[in-house]
Amino acid sequence: MNTTIGLFLLQDGITNGAIYALLGLALVLVFAVTRVILIPQGEFVTYGALTYATLASGQVPGTARLAVAMGVVAFGLDLFMRRRSLRPALVGWSLALNVLLPVAILALTLSFADKQTPIAIDIVLSLLIVGTIGLYLYRIAFAPIAHTSVLVLLIAAVGCHLALQGIGLVFFGAEGQRGPPLSNAAFTIDPLRFTGQSLAVYAVTLALIAGLWLLFSFTLYGKALRATAVNRLGARLVGIRTALSGQIAFLLAAVIGAISGILIVPITTLYYDTGFLIGLKGFVAAIIGGLVSYPLTAIAALLVGCVESFSSFYASNFKEVIVFALIIPVLLLRSLATPAADEEKD
Amino acid sequence: MRQRWPVMLFALVMAAIPFVPGMPPFWIVLLDNIGLSALVAMGLVLLTGVGGLTSFGQAAFCGFGAYTTAVLTTAYGLSPWLTLPLSLVVSGLFAVALGLVTVRLSGHYLPLGTLAWGLGLFYLFSKLEFLGRNDGISRIPPLQIGSLKMIDPDTIYFAIWTAVVLCAVLTMNLLDSRTGRAIRALRRGHVAAEAFGIHPPRAKLLVFIYAAVLAGLSGWLYAHFERAVNPTPFGVQPGIEYLFVAVIGGAGYVWGGVLGAAIVVILKEVLQGYLPLLFHGEGQLETIVFGMMLVLLLQLAPGGVWPWLIRRLPLKPDHKRIDPSLVLPPRERPVAASGALLRIEHARKQFGGVVAVNDVSFGVDAREIVALIGPNGAGKSTTFNLITGVLSASDGAISVLGRTLSGASPQDITKLGVSRTFQHVKLVTEMTVLENVAIGAHLRGRSSALASLLRLDRGDEAKLLAEAARQIDRVGLAAQAHMLAGSLSLGQQRIVEIARALCADPVLLLLDEPAAGLRHLEKQRLAALLRELRDGGMSVLLVEHDMGFVMNLADRVIVLDFGTKIAEGTPEAIKTNPDVIRAYLGSVA
Repeated sequence: MNTTIGLFLLQDGITNGAIYALLGLALVLVFAVTRVILIPQGEFVTYGALTYATLASGQVPGTARLAVAMGVVAFGLDLFMRRRSLRPALVGWSLALNVLLPVAILALTLSFADKQTPIAIDIVLSLLIVGTIGLYLYRIAFAPIAHTSVLVLLIAAVGCHLALQGIGLVFFGAEGQRGPPLSNAAFTIDPLRFTGQSLAVYAVTLALIAGLWLLFSFTLYGKALRATAVNRLGARLVGIRTALSGQIAFLLAAVIGAISGILIVPITTLYYDTGFLIGLKGFVAAIIGGLVSYPLTAIAALLVGCVESFSSFYASNFKEVIVFALIIPVLLLRSLATPAADEEKD
Repeated sequence: MRQRWPVMLFALVMAAIPFVPGMPPFWIVLLDNIGLSALVAMGLVLLTGVGGLTSFGQAAFCGFGAYTTAVLTTAYGLSPWLTLPLSLVVSGLFAVALGLVTVRLSGHYLPLGTLAWGLGLFYLFSKLEFLGRNDGISRIPPLQIGSLKMIDPDTIYFAIWTAVVLCAVLTMNLLDSRTGRAIRALRRGHVAAEAFGIHPPRAKLLVFIYAAVLAGLSGWLYAHFERAVNPTPFGVQPGIEYLFVAVIGGAGYVWGGVLGAAIVVILKEVLQGYLPLLFHGEGQLETIVFGMMLVLLLQLAPGGVWPWLIRRLPLKPDHKRIDPSLVLPPRERPVAASGALLRIEHARKQFGGVVAVNDVSFGVDAREIVALIGPNGAGKSTTFNLITGVLSASDGAISVLGRTLSGASPQDITKLGVSRTFQHVKLVTEMTVLENVAIGAHLRGRSSALASLLRLDRGDEAKLLAEAARQIDRVGLAAQAHMLAGSLSLGQQRIVEIARALCADPVLLLLDEPAAGLRHLEKQRLAALLRELRDGGMSVLLVEHDMGFVMNLADRVIVLDFGTKIAEGTPEAIKTNPDVIRAYLGSVA
């Protein structure tokens, strides 16, 4: 191997790694706040990417309708759970959030279909659609069992992954899709060629990491989310609405997932089930980061991306084996460094 | 054998099913699949539900079992019966290798770790040349007894369900034994288990191997059932599905694994069969509905269907019979090298910049009740943890019976005859009081896991239970012996902890706030019990906040404040000690 190939692989690895970093961050966020290991994160990626690609081709993505359907179910659940204390204000708020919002988004989507719309509008619509899906997903699937063990939540997450992946196939078909790039700019610093798209990947990743860090360190909402993560009951006692924290975490995760999807769909063809594997690599990063640390997760994600690109060059057959085996020494080091002092209560 | 009749009935019913006239062959295939899945799920019940170790990788162990027999029977022409032990051994060996790495992982790293190597192994199966890559291996010979070839689903049915019933019985045997209690104690964390001589990593590795061997068996059967193998059924998706099966059925229950397998296999079959008819075969509808039903089921019965079902059946759990005439021989005691039982010299424990225990020295002699008191944060519990080996001292020396404990593990210290209770009760809430107390006698039992599997441990086991019953009687909880520990009041749970500690036959009993949560009469009874123990030759060191209780009971009182010993003496002397009064009430400003 010469330096040029090495640099190419490095560049490729960093671009992929940045995406894994985003997903890893979302996973850490959701786990920290809700204890859910978010297996459906990959579906947020595919939904985001394919919704964007569908919108860009002038069609109405099925996900917009899915958001409405999920919103209606969430509204029904809200009514059912609070059937003993239905106050008009609560019903109105729930109706607005769960029904009117997705209906409005659907209406917007319909009105923009068949028209040549700027990419920006497609992106905003995709984020809105996938974001609301994330919001309702928590309300429907996880809020009712928020008190149960990590294991039960995990299994529920797997159930969601299966359902969402199946729905993805129905909406987007088995064919892969590509979306238009965010920018066609490109320049060369010999020997490497930088495209606007890959620069966008770096910029967005950095911005999101910084944003999350600011959110969690300096805002009341961020602190409330962290408090929920540390102690649910304690957080409730001081007046934090833990269900809301969960929804916010899922909303953020869905939006981050969708952003990653939109960032990669111009680079690689995405299929309805591609997200799962991408999500899992985000996982590897998140695990290396210990499911708690944002900067560590980001660095680990870059490492995962580079290991992947180099092993695809040297031993392409065993690329996945190598990436997933990477986790084991790290896990070992981690659990040796922090001896098992965890006293599980569930 | 009287608890065995439901199992026998079940075995008979299962044996009769293929002979029911008009039984559709399709149902038999379903039952075969249920059996195969139930075997894996049973291992997961033990691993996840009982031992608290979540694994996504069980399908990979099926793969080891299946590929072992596939390679050996096709490439080397071995008989399938010969490959059975080999399949199990290969699965077991890989379990040892992966288990050594994985079971040390704590908390959520563990399931994610298994997910990672599960994925890795799947890709390995599909890339290796001698395993046939993605195409796998076909033309595997069927199982054969004499001239009977098990080619049809309804002949291999017997092989599969014999295995299921046999493994269910073995698993139940294992759970209902000394080793089983050790495994069940793992869920409540390491500290309590270690305090009674259990080695959590060893116990975890054991269940890990056991679950892997069951999965390997399922894989072996699968290979001869399908007569072909490819990587797909050994990937992560099936691995996740096995976990479903266990969780849906009820992760803590052996039969929950079987029930869960039935639910999941039938549900999938029904969905695959009928949904396309209803919706004209659009996409992967069955996965969508399957996923949704899973979430719904978990919301309705988060503990699984089996316990939910059992609660609705008029079944009474039968009590263990105890033969009070059996006596467990007393533990061999190390001979005291010096006079004092426990000696603490200049012990110091630092957590970062905080000195929790600062240069504390005291001793406990034989036949003595010593109380350790002090305001909150005085370092009493830390001192306890230093003595029992949960924490190691930053400086100073602690010795029991003249043996210095530097670096000794909690298990070693228990063996010396130091036994303890916990400030925050650490009982296995879903086990009966009797079983919890029997954990205390763990080190006094000898039976191995293998003996337990085969029920060769009954003599030993009956003695352990008799001893546990005796200690429960001694602390006055005989009426509650067969109740679940979690259903007792907190005060009673503390007393159960004392019985458990007594079961270890200690020379020194460490009690961390034993009187908290007790009513007045119960306190008096506890004090009487402790005096009786002292008169019988035991020493007691207790941490307590209830001054009335301490002052009436203790022979000697040691007062700690901010990690430092400020006084030591008889209760009368302590009551009037100005330093103690200052520490508790503050000085007159």
